[in-house]
Amino acid sequence: MLRNAWVIPALPVASFFVILLLGKRMPGKGHEVGLAAVGLAFVLSLVAAAQWIDRPATLEVEPAGAEAAVDHGTVPAEAETGPEADHGAATLDLAAAEEEAEGEHEVEAIRAPVVREFTWYDNGAVTVKAGTHMDGLAVVLVVVVTLISLLVHVFSTNYMHDDRRYTHFFAALSLFTAGMLIMVTSSNTLQLLFGWEMMGVCSFMLIGHWWEEKNNSDAALKAFFTTRTGDIGLLIGISILFFGAGQTFDIEALNNAALSGTIGRSTLVAGAAALLCAVIGKSAQFPLHTWLPDAMAGPTPVSALIHAATMVVAGVYLVARLYGVFWSAFDIGGGGINPVALFGGITILIAAALAFVQADIKKVLAYSTVSQLGYMVMALGVGAWTAGIFHLFTHAFFKGLLFLGAGSVSHAVHSFDMKKDMGGLRTSMPTTFKTFLIGTVALAGIPPVAGFWSKDEILLGAGENGYGLFLVVGLIGALMTAAYMTRCVYLTFFGQYRGHGHPHESPPAITIPLVVLAVLSVGAGFLNAPGIGLFGEWTDNATVLSAGVAHHEFSVSTAVIGSLAGLVGIALGYAYYRRNLGPHRLTERSAGARGGYRFLENKYYLDVLYTDTVVGSIKGPIARAAYWVNQNVLDGIVNAAGTVARASGRFVYDVIDQKVVDGLVNGAGAGAEEGGSALRVLQTGRVQQYAAFLFGSVVVLGGALVLFV
Amino acid sequence: MYLNQFLFLAAFLFCVGVYGVLARKNGVLVLMSVELILNAVNINLVAFGAFHETVAGQVFALFVIAIAAAEVGVGLAIVLLIYRNRQSIDLTEADLMKG
Repeated sequence: MLRNAWVIPALPVASFFVILLLGKRMPGKGHEVGLAAVGLAFVLSLVAAAQWIDRPATLEVEPAGAEAAVDHGTVPAEAETGPEADHGAATLDLAAAEEEAEGEHEVEAIRAPVVREFTWYDNGAVTVKAGTHMDGLAVVLVVVVTLISLLVHVFSTNYMHDDRRYTHFFAALSLFTAGMLIMVTSSNTLQLLFGWEMMGVCSFMLIGHWWEEKNNSDAALKAFFTTRTGDIGLLIGISILFFGAGQTFDIEALNNAALSGTIGRSTLVAGAAALLCAVIGKSAQFPLHTWLPDAMAGPTPVSALIHAATMVVAGVYLVARLYGVFWSAFDIGGGGINPVALFGGITILIAAALAFVQADIKKVLAYSTVSQLGYMVMALGVGAWTAGIFHLFTHAFFKGLLFLGAGSVSHAVHSFDMKKDMGGLRTSMPTTFKTFLIGTVALAGIPPVAGFWSKDEILLGAGENGYGLFLVVGLIGALMTAAYMTRCVYLTFFGQYRGHGHPHESPPAITIPLVVLAVLSVGAGFLNAPGIGLFGEWTDNATVLSAGVAHHEFSVSTAVIGSLAGLVGIALGYAYYRRNLGPHRLTERSAGARGGYRFLENKYYLDVLYTDTVVGSIKGPIARAAYWVNQNVLDGIVNAAGTVARASGRFVYDVIDQKVVDGLVNGAGAGAEEGGSALRVLQTGRVQQYAAFLFGSVVVLGGALVLFV
Repeated sequence: MYLNQFLFLAAFLFCVGVYGVLARKNGVLVLMSVELILNAVNINLVAFGAFHETVAGQVFALFVIAIAAAEVGVGLAIVLLIYRNRQSIDLTEADLMKG
């Protein structure tokens, strides 16, 4: 299955076309195709995962350790061809023998990635390949994506039941999943870009699924344009790295080139910075995070899919995949502050603060996603590679769970407003309540559920790698996360029911995905718990090892502080919202607090900045300039063309058409007429005269025959 | 045997026939003149046939006589119709095809 991994993305692609062409005529209106394709893809991903775990560790890599952080040297290049090359050289050269001795003592064996490629096109100088590159990271993503997508499909069969574009919805879901799968399995940056853009288009289609309402289509446009802003960075970054690394799109080659210093320092930094823009756009990092909460305009299953498994984690995946590039460019091993960690850290805090003032349950979750993505990016930024990927893995489960839970709630009360239409739902919707609570605990990072393990690893990584500042940021973030989730749970499930009608538990198509995800939210964390550590072993890859990313031992003190932060957050939230302790009505009493609240409510005025200042200022002058160009240049050209055309038309009519062509035609007619009148005289109607002509001619011809032949 | 007496006779008959065809106004006489021309040809055919001691000339002559009979049949029928329509067989008056 690892060799034939292309089947996994191919299935949803095929499903997209089948649903689009035949879906409407099927009994289930196309959802059976989507379910079957994604289900099969999930099974195949599990097979791939099992094969990956079974795969013997054959690739020997020399971890760089501390010296690589100082001097990037030629370590990875040697690690690739190390044993054979050194063996041959050792007999000839004393220095080489020394090198071999040095190289041997800390070689680590990992599973070799399974690469299968074919030539996409070849222009003589550059061969561009397409293919699959399956390693631990790709396998994890493939499993997560297909699983979440499958559950979202199941959920949608009920949630979207009477939708007028039911079939199209499933087609777009399939394509969306396919885009993510193509991206994570790709072996080169060009194919990665392809999957990335595919997701951009599908997110536009799905967020604007109910485009009849202006808000929804605006949100779709916003999501599309905001991520596009970052995508420009991706395109530029890929191009820079392509030329910097000697004309290659191959991801492994790029990583190796970056780590071995083949790419010039400034080129590398420029490329990585451009890629970081793409990450900021796609993974909704500050300051381009504004599209993600607005993307809640789409149907809830789409939100779950976007937030948990696809789209937003694409940026995180990009950093993890091209880690060699980021590592060398931003000197991640060096500690202190670097752009990746900085953007992640800022995002954690500002998004968490925004989550407090939202009334819409989905928006709380959306900001929570932004904040958690901040964690992932920060984890990668502080050198905690495994922790970042692990957080991506666990977050997919509990965030998918929370979104589908929110969907289940809104299915019952027909609203997303926690303050107006919810409250007290724990009795009427017990399954949803229990699973949502599990998701909340996991998100808050309380041991022993999944979120705790991954968050703890991030904090540990930040602390151990010399990023003390980001350890503090992470702790504050954990505290805030726990507090706003407590508020969210309290407003939704406790207190008095404030809505209308009688909410009731959702049907099995909705609750089964919730239960599955709840089980995973509890269990997934143990994969990398101390003493087990399987996840880290499965995802190890050559780039990360040769860069010298450190694995840290579980630290009790960090775990205690991390879970304390979560517990304190919950306690604060409980005290403030449930017990009414602490300074309430602060916004009414203090102008400063009121200003702060309004600042948060307006989302730091970033939307105002984007739509009014940036877009407005560009729009006005550009529109005017375009109008001027239109009036003076384009119209001038058009008018000149028209005048010339008219003059030449007149000339053609007067001279060529009237004189030449008509002359020929009339001349032919007149000639025929003249000839006819002349010959008319001969035709007298007298037979004898004709006979006389006949005989005369014969005499003439006979005379000619006698005389000249 | 001298060929030239027959050829002179045939040439004389031919010229009389041509004169008749071109100069006479009476339709029946024109037809008769045509017969003269044809018979002039017949004399030539038979004469050359005898001269070369072959029957081919006589066979051709027989064909010409048969066709001349048919031609006269058609021609007299036309003349008869012209006479019925116009009470005249003057060919100079029959010039409806004048251009």
